Amino acid sequence: MQMNTAVTRSQEAILQTNKVIRNTYMLLSMTLIFSGLLAFVSIAMQASHIIAFGATIVGILLLWFVLPRTQNSAAGIPVIFGITGLLGFGLGPMLSYYLAVNPSIVMVAMGGTGTIFLGLSGYALTTRKDFSFLGGFIFVGLLVAIAAMVANLFLGIPALALAISAAVIMIMSGYILMQTSMMINGGETNYIAATAGLFIAILNIFTSLLHILGAFGDD
Amino acid sequence: MDWLKIAAAVFLVAMFFMILPSAKRMVKESPKGSASDWMGFIIPIVAIVLFVILLIALV
Repeated sequence: MQMNTAVTRSQEAILQTNKVIRNTYMLLSMTLIFSGLLAFVSIAMQASHIIAFGATIVGILLLWFVLPRTQNSAAGIPVIFGITGLLGFGLGPMLSYYLAVNPSIVMVAMGGTGTIFLGLSGYALTTRKDFSFLGGFIFVGLLVAIAAMVANLFLGIPALALAISAAVIMIMSGYILMQTSMMINGGETNYIAATAGLFIAILNIFTSLLHILGAFGDD
Repeated sequence: MDWLKIAAAVFLVAMFFMILPSAKRMVKESPKGSASDWMGFIIPIVAIVLFVILLIALV
C-alpha cells in the first residue's frame, strides 16, 4: 500500500514537472514572438532613445514589483506579456542602428541566441544535472557586471564594454542551465516566473551578442 | 544625451541594490558544487565561447 502511494506520488511529481516545462516553453515562445512584434513596431515607428529607455524601465519595474504579486494567478499572463512587449519595444533604436550598419549582424545574433538557448536547454534536459550550485556564482557575477556597467557608462572603455558583454553571455548561460534544472528537479513550479527568468536571460544574451558582433563585424 | 547616461546609471545602481539581497541569500543557501559539477558547467560554456568566435568569423 505504501509502495503504491509512493509510486503514485512519484508519477504525480513527474506529471507536474512535465506540465511546468511544457507551459514554460509554450509561454516563452509566445512572449518571444510578441516581443519581436513590438520590437518591429518600435523600428517602424522610429521610436526615440528616450521612449525606448522609458519602455525598458517600465518593463523592468513591472518585473520587479507587479509580476511577483500576480505570478500565482491568471493575472500574471497579461503582466508577463506587458513586460516582454515593453522590453521588446525598448530594443527598437538599437536594432534600427544595427540594421542600418549591417543587417546580417541582427540575423546572426538572433540565430546565435536561439542556438545557445536550445543547446543549453537540451543539455540541462538530457543530462538532468542539478545546477543549483551556480546560484551564488550567477548573482555575484551579475552584481560585478552591473558595477562594471555603471563605471563604463562614464569611462567609455570599448574593451571593458566587450568584456562585460562576454561576461553577461556566460552569466545568462549559467542562469538558463540553473533555471532549466530547477524546473526538472521541482525547484521551480511556477511557469510564469520561469518564463520571465528565461526571457530576461535570452534578451541579455541577444543584446550582448549583438554588441560583440557589432564590434567585431566588418562594418 | 548626458542625462540619459545619468538616468541609466541611477537605474543600474537601483538594480544592483534590488539584486543584492537575492545574491546574499544565494551565496548563503546555494549548495557547493563538486569538481564534476563545475566541469558540467564549464564544458557548455567553452562550447558557447567557441560558437561565439565562429559567429564573429561569420559576420
